[in-house]
Amino acid sequence: MRSVSFTVNGVAHELELEPRELLVYVLRERLGLTGTVVGCDTSSCGACTVLLDGESVKACTILGVQADGAAITTIEGLAENGSLHPLQELFHEHHALQCGYCTSGMVLAAVSLLAENPSPTSDEIRHALEGNICRCTGYQNIVDAIEAAAR
Amino acid sequence: MSAPAELEIAPTIGAPVARKEDKKLLQGQAQWVDNMEHPGMVFLGVVRSPYAHARIKNVNVDPALAHAGVVAAWSGADIADEWHASLPCAWIPTEDTNAPEHKPIAVDKARYVGDAVAVIAATSRGTAEDAVELVEVDYEELPCVVDAVAALSEDAPLVHDEFGTNRCYTWTLEAGEVDRLFAEAAVTVKERYRQNRLIPNAIEPRAVFVIPVPANGEFTLWSTTQVPHIARVTLSGVTGVPETKLRVIAPDVGGGFGSKLNVYAEEALALAIARRLGRAVKWTETRSEGYVSTIHGRDQIQEIELAATAEGKITAVRTRLTVGMGAYLQLVTPGIPLLGAWLYGGCYDVAGYSFECTGVFTNTVPTDAYRGAGRPEATYAIERAVDALAREIGKDPVEVRRLNFIREFPAPIASGLTIDSGDYDASLDLALEKVGYDDLRGEQRSRRAAGDSKRLGIGLSTYVEMCGLAPSAILGAIRYSAGGWEAATIRCLPAGTAQVLSGATPHGQGHETAWSQIVADRLGYEFDEVEVLHGDTAVIPLGMDTYGSRSLAVGGVALYHAADRIIEKARKIAAHILEVDETAVDYSRGVFHGPGASVTLKEVAFAAWTAHNLPEGLEPGLEATFVYDPPNFSWPSGAHVAIVEIDTETGAVELLRYIAVDDVGTVINPTIVEGQIHGGIAQGVAQALYEDAIYDDDGNLLTSNMLTYLVPSATEFPRWELYRTETPSPTNPLGVKGVGETGAIAAPAAVMNAVVDALSDDGITEITMPATPERIWRALEEVRP
Ligand code: FES
Ligand code: FES
Repeated sequence: MRSVSFTVNGVAHELELEPRELLVYVLRERLGLTGTVVGCDTSSCGACTVLLDGESVKACTILGVQADGAAITTIEGLAENGSLHPLQELFHEHHALQCGYCTSGMVLAAVSLLAENPSPTSDEIRHALEGNICRCTGYQNIVDAIEAAAR
Repeated sequence: MSAPAELEIAPTIGAPVARKEDKKLLQGQAQWVDNMEHPGMVFLGVVRSPYAHARIKNVNVDPALAHAGVVAAWSGADIADEWHASLPCAWIPTEDTNAPEHKPIAVDKARYVGDAVAVIAATSRGTAEDAVELVEVDYEELPCVVDAVAALSEDAPLVHDEFGTNRCYTWTLEAGEVDRLFAEAAVTVKERYRQNRLIPNAIEPRAVFVIPVPANGEFTLWSTTQVPHIARVTLSGVTGVPETKLRVIAPDVGGGFGSKLNVYAEEALALAIARRLGRAVKWTETRSEGYVSTIHGRDQIQEIELAATAEGKITAVRTRLTVGMGAYLQLVTPGIPLLGAWLYGGCYDVAGYSFECTGVFTNTVPTDAYRGAGRPEATYAIERAVDALAREIGKDPVEVRRLNFIREFPAPIASGLTIDSGDYDASLDLALEKVGYDDLRGEQRSRRAAGDSKRLGIGLSTYVEMCGLAPSAILGAIRYSAGGWEAATIRCLPAGTAQVLSGATPHGQGHETAWSQIVADRLGYEFDEVEVLHGDTAVIPLGMDTYGSRSLAVGGVALYHAADRIIEKARKIAAHILEVDETAVDYSRGVFHGPGASVTLKEVAFAAWTAHNLPEGLEPGLEATFVYDPPNFSWPSGAHVAIVEIDTETGAVELLRYIAVDDVGTVINPTIVEGQIHGGIAQGVAQALYEDAIYDDDGNLLTSNMLTYLVPSATEFPRWELYRTETPSPTNPLGVKGVGETGAIAAPAAVMNAVVDALSDDGITEITMPATPERIWRALEEVRP
């Protein structure tokens, strides 16, 4: 066990973690933040994407102990004062989700992309999403939603 | 009573309403099965065979039991007395079908890599995973067979010894004088295609969670399933838990595409172990585990022959399929190719029709429904063959299609069913106009003339499919063991809202939105005043669930009729309130108009609830259920065009454009319809260009995880260009047809016709799916001078 402290969505946590615990399970099972989900075991799908100090990471590829000292944002922390983040609104307007299982990861990957590149082209958006798999939408409406946010 | 002359509500049927499902999904508040927890719960870990075929000589679970945190461990033999029946197969196509016993855990033999041989219950996910590694299984490896055609040869190893053959069944359909038509044909073409094996990859992995109430023998089972109602009746059969004691819930489900239209070993195991231990039980697959335990799709060899006149008028179609079943029959394994059995004539007027399908056991993961289920295969074969015919007679594929289109509806087709409606010319014309067909052919010619190493290919797929599964009597006639009806209930609550109970069970489709639109439109509620409940057998006792693009075409129509019943009863109460004869009351969208005054349906609902003053003999309450059994399938159709560019130096294919014109009948929500088509096309293009589940000769799945099996990302696809034509289905009052699978049905043929079109001048007439750069490059090498 190791003691680790980090913030998640602005809330400070101090936890005793087993070294092998993946961040995604720390979030889901220790903190009850089940908006971050698991879609694979090969770091391929991006369903588990969260923001670590503002940058998107796959929460299944890092250990909980590696997040020591970090500020983490999950999908639960994106809406502010009861209003949705613009990307959440745009995903809704553009029908950029169907089953919604990839959605937390997609939205956070998009937040991170726009932080780095506020006005990406649709090609740049597609490339930035390469690590996030959606099996439902065929991606077009996701790309459109992000493009609308970029404008 | 006073009431507004008309309620002011936005038009709801046909409007692109944003979905009511989205808000919670966008904020991480969905209820996935894997989220569930319960005090004392145990996690299951499944020990799986690393061999494709092996005798299980001994299973030693003791080392696992000695591991801290392990609660129990059982071999297949240890747990065998839990099973009252095999895992279900609901479609045994012929009387002499070989249907093997299928226990949730194998006892004597493992028959594919991934076959379950032991199970662990432990106090944490990690402990269960660790303990799986500790179970010692003594296997005697046996020879195996993975290829369906090879499995039919005399000396092939037998997957199930007791049958003396790997043949599962042969099913035939014959109509018209096929032999004569072939003998008299001026032209015949004969083609052979392979339908690659596909891994569905719903992004939510499968999971099951069970809470028992041991004293009552009661269980609530949450599952990532498309079919909670079917799961309840069949799991009851497998475990002996009475249906009355089993409640099945499909909470939020993260995609299915057919892979969750099944009843799996792990669902039965979780239920049986919850019964054994009296504790809550959870199992969640890892993705790689899912690759060897969740069903695969397709896996067919298709031989198709066309007989035609010299001009290209097709007179007869003859098809023979050899289909890999995998090692066992899952819920609908043998029936999947038969869902395409009527469609090998496509949207063409043919007189002779012959279809033969042989299902074959192999030492692989069972195949079953994957988006389109039988219909992408049929569309692929006929659409590719029509292009082959066009090449044979030197005509443009557009011309050959036009020569053969069915034009009169309803259209009885040679295979024996009747197409409800359609206008195939309209879709094709629109597609050609939008793609700029003549200009593209011009560019193709000039590239060829200039010897451009980048070849342009144009591929058509003019499809018709059948969905809205299905008239129960037809299902019975083809030996499917359930009905094809769907149920809907509307409850008009006293305070002005309405509750819908839907037997259809969504997993991404947007039923809550579409059903709310239908009810709002018919009964005058605001969109947000309608609440749709689904996916819980205790709340919605009647349901046949969601698959085969049936939800709207059957469940939505049930809802339409339930609304009629509400109106019928409410009219009686309204007339009573207005003190006029029923015949003097007009209804329009939520308001009953009498000669002098009006009353709203919501006011009637309140009056029905207080029941202070109802017509003599009328029951209180305003609630209606309708169970709809469709009189026919519904028949979406359309024309898709793919434009590809092939670099002959590398073999790489680039999909430049993709144009889809679809006729899915009346549209309730165009935004949702487009989303369904986008997703379907993506999966169809993926079958054509990227995805392939590959086994080696020893039965190892080489594409065993998401790193080695290419599930396409956003970079692999162009923008989809979508258009619609509309011929409402005359067989239901909404005019709807279904849309869930059209893209996956049409796209593989469009893309592969484009690939072959690009290479046909090089003398290449067939590339096997997926059309990888390597395959194309090798094909080009063979023909290079
Ligand atoms: S779950 Fe993290 S990448 Fe798939
Ligand atoms: S919306 Fe279902 S996986 Fe993306």
